[in-house]
Amino acid sequence: MSTPTRRDPPPTGPDQPVVFPPVTRIRLANGLAVWFVERRPLPFVTVSLLVPAGSAIDPIDLPGVASLTADMLDEGAGGRSAIEIQEAFGRLGTTLDTEAGSDAVLLSLAVLPRHAHAACALVADLVIRPTLAVEDFERVRTLRLNRLRQLRNSPSSIADQAFVQAVFGAHPYGHQPWGLTEAIERMRIADVVRVHEAAYHPASCTMVVVGSLEPTDVARIAESAFGTWAGPEMGSDLGKMGSDPISSSAPVKWGLTPFTPSRVILVDRPGAAQTELRIGHVAVPRSTPDYHALVLLNAILGGQFVSRINLNLREQKGYTYGAHTAFDFRAIAGSFVLQTSVQTDATADAVGQSLSEIAAIRGERPPTAQEVDFGRATLTRGYARNFETTGQVGRALAQLAMYDLPDDTFDRFVPGVKAVRAEDLAAAAVRHLHPGELVVVAVGDRVKLESGLNSLGLGDPVVTTVDV
Amino acid sequence: MMNMESQPIDIPFSKHILGNQLQVIIHEDHACPLAAVNLWYHVGSKNEVPGRTGFAHLFEHLMFEPSKHFGTTYFELLQRAGGQINGSTNTDRTNYWELVPSNALELALWMESDRMMHMLPSLTATAFETQRDVVLNERRQNYENRPYGLAIVALTEALFPADHPYHWITIGAPADLCNATLADVQAFFRQFYHPANASLTIAGDVDPDAVLDLVNDYFGACPAGEAPPAVALAPAHATTSRRILEDRVELPRLYQAWLTPLNFADGDADLDLAADVLAGGKPSRLYRRLVYEERIATDVSASQNSRELGGFFAVTVTAVPGVGLDVVERAVAGELAAFAREGPTEDELARAKAQTETAFVSRLQRIGGFGGRSDQLNSYNVSLGDPGSFTRDLDRYRNATTRSIREAAARHLLPGHQVTLSVVPAGRSDLAVSGSDMVVVS
Repeated sequence: MSTPTRRDPPPTGPDQPVVFPPVTRIRLANGLAVWFVERRPLPFVTVSLLVPAGSAIDPIDLPGVASLTADMLDEGAGGRSAIEIQEAFGRLGTTLDTEAGSDAVLLSLAVLPRHAHAACALVADLVIRPTLAVEDFERVRTLRLNRLRQLRNSPSSIADQAFVQAVFGAHPYGHQPWGLTEAIERMRIADVVRVHEAAYHPASCTMVVVGSLEPTDVARIAESAFGTWAGPEMGSDLGKMGSDPISSSAPVKWGLTPFTPSRVILVDRPGAAQTELRIGHVAVPRSTPDYHALVLLNAILGGQFVSRINLNLREQKGYTYGAHTAFDFRAIAGSFVLQTSVQTDATADAVGQSLSEIAAIRGERPPTAQEVDFGRATLTRGYARNFETTGQVGRALAQLAMYDLPDDTFDRFVPGVKAVRAEDLAAAAVRHLHPGELVVVAVGDRVKLESGLNSLGLGDPVVTTVDV
Repeated sequence: MMNMESQPIDIPFSKHILGNQLQVIIHEDHACPLAAVNLWYHVGSKNEVPGRTGFAHLFEHLMFEPSKHFGTTYFELLQRAGGQINGSTNTDRTNYWELVPSNALELALWMESDRMMHMLPSLTATAFETQRDVVLNERRQNYENRPYGLAIVALTEALFPADHPYHWITIGAPADLCNATLADVQAFFRQFYHPANASLTIAGDVDPDAVLDLVNDYFGACPAGEAPPAVALAPAHATTSRRILEDRVELPRLYQAWLTPLNFADGDADLDLAADVLAGGKPSRLYRRLVYEERIATDVSASQNSRELGGFFAVTVTAVPGVGLDVVERAVAGELAAFAREGPTEDELARAKAQTETAFVSRLQRIGGFGGRSDQLNSYNVSLGDPGSFTRDLDRYRNATTRSIREAAARHLLPGHQVTLSVVPAGRSDLAVSGSDMVVVS
């Protein structure tokens, strides 16, 4: 081998195709979808159950009830107490992870293959036969209230809540999945029972298994654990709760939030060491046909380390440990949001710079050919690393179920992003970024921030408190 | 079902030492078209001195600035190749890694070797000052502006004497960071960033012979440097102290910590398992009694934090509204005394072992990143001199017994030999453990 020259970077080889592993899909007689990907050689299996019962189904007067229901599942089920359930998982060498998001509840665990059957049987007990006892409910509700109380001193939690409230208003997306104190205090066990009856049905759920098992094992385990789970008649309203809020109130009207004359929300935190910022607006759901363009646009604007906003606020100015943007795609709608935490005396300039960058990319400085080329390369060449572990593959499949995406979604990603042209991006930026609608949430020291924020021309800041 | 299978963990590798003393470990696995590069420099905040804290971590930031042969930040060329890049600093070591499509392995090696050899001349005062501001903001975000974020500062200051290098946390003191000069970091680089103080692992979809050639080509010309002297260590003594830290929090929280064995030392794994039995999940002793039954606490946790120069075992309990930390402390003391007397039950031990084994295997799924196979190979190499210590490590847990855990708890978690820290809302020192002294941290 000849000695390489140090002067120039060595070339990389040709791109390797990324092929998502084949998925075996079966459906039990009760409608439960079971998806399996075989993955070897490590003796390891990830099992997940996706239930479309996230906080999007919270009735308007009960923010948090869906996630409280998810929390109650392992507090007693199938004749076991909360402690006994966890001991049983422990003997299988695993713990159950319960993730209650906006659009779904995801129950997941990882086990050695020899314990997969027993672990699935336990999960089935939780979702089919939870005890939902009032004394467990009181204890879990108190723990939730204590957690919310602690969040009142977390600047990032306050900022997140203020932001979703500002952009999603009265829709269930306008609160975090864990809910709001005032509503949690009012909740009764009957509310939880109602959510469980309405939204936990086999025909709307998806079981995802990834790891070193045979397809026949998976079918047998799924049938044994979940086969007796009876659901409502197919086609009835209850069979498809997930996409349809169970709110008893009138449907929330959708559209961009009408803003008050001021678009700056200031939450006072006297003496704060930094200002926590969120800047954004309502955006499109995951089903948008512009998905690939928006992923690429976001990468250029603020989605990666080498992005306009992070280079500006962190690498050039040193205002922050990091700044990033995201299109937070959800099932019904999404948001565009910039998140950062900046030193107090740089707050107004950081906000001004952020607003300028967002306006510029859809106006005077659209993505350049170089940026588009760079963004495409970063998103597509490293795509294989998203599917290295059983957990990653399982999570990817859960996304397909959650957003009802086509089977070939992941195989289409690389060609889809490569096909986006600079002019498509400029058009997507105009369609999906709305500088005139951006709302700014700042959690920080009001006395030091108010005049600077006033000078941004967004109207006087509305000083408010946020109840989580 | 509960018997542990003593199967060895098979992660094949080869180890090489270049002429300049660089240690090189290569692990081949073609499951994914990815290659992982992982480079450890055996330097961390333990190598700093009082008044000059935070340097090792600040330097890690500077390593992502332009080097001689790439005029951009460290990210651009590697991101363009589809790579993922990160680094981290702790008390003992600084690690850097790239996870790239395997067709970009050579690029990653070119970049890593360039900054090892040619970082200093390119480092500008502007870049230095900007990264210092970034680090000060990292500290504000992760410690100062976060509930209970400064507890770890107060805890380690109480636990380790002022001249022990674990007395300060890795991110350092703001005043020290502000006093740092470009000349300081240049001296730091010369002392610690060279092949004789480094361990390089390449893992994944690679041809080992070709990798070794590339490593020789790119790193072989780097001057060896001198292995830095061992850190002079003032022995830490078991102390007892009670302190109060006021913070912007709603609920008071109790921290207790004991000095415990070093990483991989006798008793270390036993205390890991003890932490699991005491506070890992709902069936754990502290959760069951304090949260589930007595309802005086809203969360509990415990951990054995073992490092190269010392370890500490920490128990953390957050009280519910209206309950003071004296009540919490008595309950914790009662459970610890019972545990040191009786040890875990066979069932508790079996569960802790089974969960440990699952987590161990789970981490090995990834070739790159923090805690992936390449990072673990380097960790074993630096700590034990043998990169392939996977089975030896896991066997420490497999071989633990109820008796060995009881003995470790009885020996190390002694009442009267712990630091007790009460973190309370401002003005509510009445909630703290009685007899505590107020402390202030920057």
